[in-house]
Amino acid sequence: MLRYVLRRLLTAIPTLFVIVTLAFFLMRVAPGGPFNQEKGLNPVIKANLERVFHLDEPLWKQFLFYLQNLLRGDFGPSYNLPDFTVGEMLYDGLKVSAQIGGYALLLALIFGTALGVVAALNQNRGSDYAVVALATAGSTIPTFVIAPLFQLFFALTLHWFPVGGWGGGAFVNKVGPVLTLMLPQLAIVARLMRGSMIESLHAHHIRTARALGLSDFAVVVKHAMRGAMLPIVSYAGPAAAALMTGSVIVETIFQIPGIGRYFVDGALNRDYTLVMGTVVLIAIFTVLFNLIVDILYAVIDPRVRYD
Amino acid sequence: MNMNFKSWLVGTTMLVMGATGAFAEVVFNRGNSADPESLDPHKTSTIYEADILRDLFLGLTTEDAKSEIIPGAAESWTISPDGKVYTFKLRAGALWSDGSPVTAHDFVFAWQRVVDPATAGEYAYMLAPVVNAEDITAGKKKPAEMGVKAVDDSTFEVILNAPTPYFLEMLTHQATYPVSKANVEAKGADFVKPGNLVSNGAYTLAEFVPNDHIKVVKNPKFYDAANVKIDTVNFIPTEDRSTAMKRFEAGEIDSNNDIPTEQLSDLKAKFGDQINIGPYLGTFYFAFKIPKAPWDNVKLRQAVSMAIDRDYLAEKVWQNSMIPAYSFVPPGISGYETRTTDYAEMSQIDREDAAKKVLDDLGYGPDKPLKMEIRYNTSENNKNTAVAIQEQLKPLGIEVTLLNTDTKTHYGHLEQHGDFDVARAGWIADYKDPENFLALCKSGTGNNYAEYTDKEYDDLLAKAAASADPSERMKALSDAEAIGVARDLCVMPLLYYGYKNVVSSKLKGWEYNVMDRHPSRFLSKE
Repeated sequence: MLRYVLRRLLTAIPTLFVIVTLAFFLMRVAPGGPFNQEKGLNPVIKANLERVFHLDEPLWKQFLFYLQNLLRGDFGPSYNLPDFTVGEMLYDGLKVSAQIGGYALLLALIFGTALGVVAALNQNRGSDYAVVALATAGSTIPTFVIAPLFQLFFALTLHWFPVGGWGGGAFVNKVGPVLTLMLPQLAIVARLMRGSMIESLHAHHIRTARALGLSDFAVVVKHAMRGAMLPIVSYAGPAAAALMTGSVIVETIFQIPGIGRYFVDGALNRDYTLVMGTVVLIAIFTVLFNLIVDILYAVIDPRVRYD
Repeated sequence: MNMNFKSWLVGTTMLVMGATGAFAEVVFNRGNSADPESLDPHKTSTIYEADILRDLFLGLTTEDAKSEIIPGAAESWTISPDGKVYTFKLRAGALWSDGSPVTAHDFVFAWQRVVDPATAGEYAYMLAPVVNAEDITAGKKKPAEMGVKAVDDSTFEVILNAPTPYFLEMLTHQATYPVSKANVEAKGADFVKPGNLVSNGAYTLAEFVPNDHIKVVKNPKFYDAANVKIDTVNFIPTEDRSTAMKRFEAGEIDSNNDIPTEQLSDLKAKFGDQINIGPYLGTFYFAFKIPKAPWDNVKLRQAVSMAIDRDYLAEKVWQNSMIPAYSFVPPGISGYETRTTDYAEMSQIDREDAAKKVLDDLGYGPDKPLKMEIRYNTSENNKNTAVAIQEQLKPLGIEVTLLNTDTKTHYGHLEQHGDFDVARAGWIADYKDPENFLALCKSGTGNNYAEYTDKEYDDLLAKAAASADPSERMKALSDAEAIGVARDLCVMPLLYYGYKNVVSSKLKGWEYNVMDRHPSRFLSKE
């Protein structure tokens, strides 16, 4: 198992290299640059800026320079926010995004699984239809509709929570973003769980377990759910990577300082280093969570072995 | 017993509330539509940092609540008879927030730093009137050769290339603010970080969390600290305007400098005079690609301009948050006579008839329609404006197509003189002077997207620059606008910007002005 993990981590290195290279050059294909703006710069001043940030050098040289710094863990300075290095921005932002995304996913997994199981056990009955309806609504109502509705109702009408802001990470400030981010995930998890649970409940080994006279609880939780969890686990990996690296919509509407905004703002502002930093971070998260998924597979499914 | 306890509780609570009320810090949560690029005054360029830096730093001159010039770090100054040498007497006993004195050496250091190519300050050109400044920025001379001198600790002398009547006005701009020489030299690039930043304004920096807030607190070392009523200002970036309005309603922010235009009439009904809209020194314009046929024909440019119903744009598209514009320099600069296009006074129907006639004369018609592409940077309002113009020009047989790109692509394309027919742009004044607008049409200027060149225009600007007599100078500038803008449409003015503020009725001392500048030091909160 350990050898497998090591091998997977080693193959991540060329993967990351390809991603970094592609992202670096794709970013430069986009027209305009970090110093084009509504108030155009005098060419002399623009040239000075480009010199300070080494943007006047040949592209291959800039690329080697970037790789060199990256290996030392230095993401470089942000062009549009020169007071901060990209590393500082990602570190501060990740603390926020990972919390919001982490809680959202955790809640979605707990409640989504529960709802899915309830629906599967009551297939084609009232509670099943209710879960299916909720799941459909949850995945069709976009977050940019849910978030303002939450603000209007819970913040402006009931005054339970603030409209926006991070408030230094206060509990009340997290509720809106977490719930908004959770809802679509909850819907997906519930739907996935319902489907795989129905399938699992019809499997031969479940019939055998029932024939052996095991209690309902043992049959459902120990035997049926274990098998039914596999699609959830494979969904949760990439979902965790996506959620913990921030959501631009939720962060913008609730005005919280996560990293989801950096990706979009960075790309729009041609803040090359910021975009690269975000890409590297998302890539690392994706590789890491996929690895965790594969390990969990081996734990849950006795048929999967990596040695 | 129970009763006693209750009254004791009520009494104590009131006592506590009263006590905290009396000594409570006054906090102003100030919405700002974007985060600043930097808190290094020499590296900034946008209006988003201007309000913050104005609270942190004090330039040689500064503006009062109505944006009129008042002495800042300099308590007085003298100007030589030829208008080229300014001698500033710094405020006696003025201190940096770390307690060290503000000296003329700090100003010399700061100004050399602004123009130094190694700083790459975007607003280095604000100091271009100073001797050798432009050559230093271009790397042709050393920063030490700049025309600035510390005569003694409290006397700062500046030598200009030419008399520059708006120089004192320019000194209110953040690019000319001083920085503490000792502090910058000790901390290097990190001097802007909270805890490191030393400032000489009414406030000092306490916290900066990007996309979250910037907290500044009252500076006890500020010379006028006794009159500063707000203890803490939190600048809160409000990128999403709808959320900002909700946060305002919930009392989470006390003001914001942007309003969702599309909701304006509803918001006015709801918030009354807390919504403030008024003229602002900025112009939204389109530029024709003048060297390219058929746009080289000034009659055709004028015809298109006449056919655009600016009243409709202002009223319907911008909900009266903008004002129809017929000149590039907005009204509101004292001593300057704005020169509008000659159809400014005509009715829209007459303008359309005149435009139609020009198009007929030039041979455009159903068989040979005029084709025009409007290029604009992505934004809801820009799109709506372009679409409205497309509709307005259709009856005249002008086939308008639209092309939108993101801001960086748009301006990158314009700066590299890429191909286009008509392109959207805007200009907001850095300082209250017509020259700040008119320089955009000077031959070879980077922002001259239309690539307009006219010798007479350039000569008039040069004449204004060399003139020591303010009224003669304003006359030359006004004449330049009559030629370059009104006659030749080096830019096609569409709308003057309006400021759009929402300001809580709890805030007092918010005075409206065309620069839309509101230093926190003059405000108070109930």
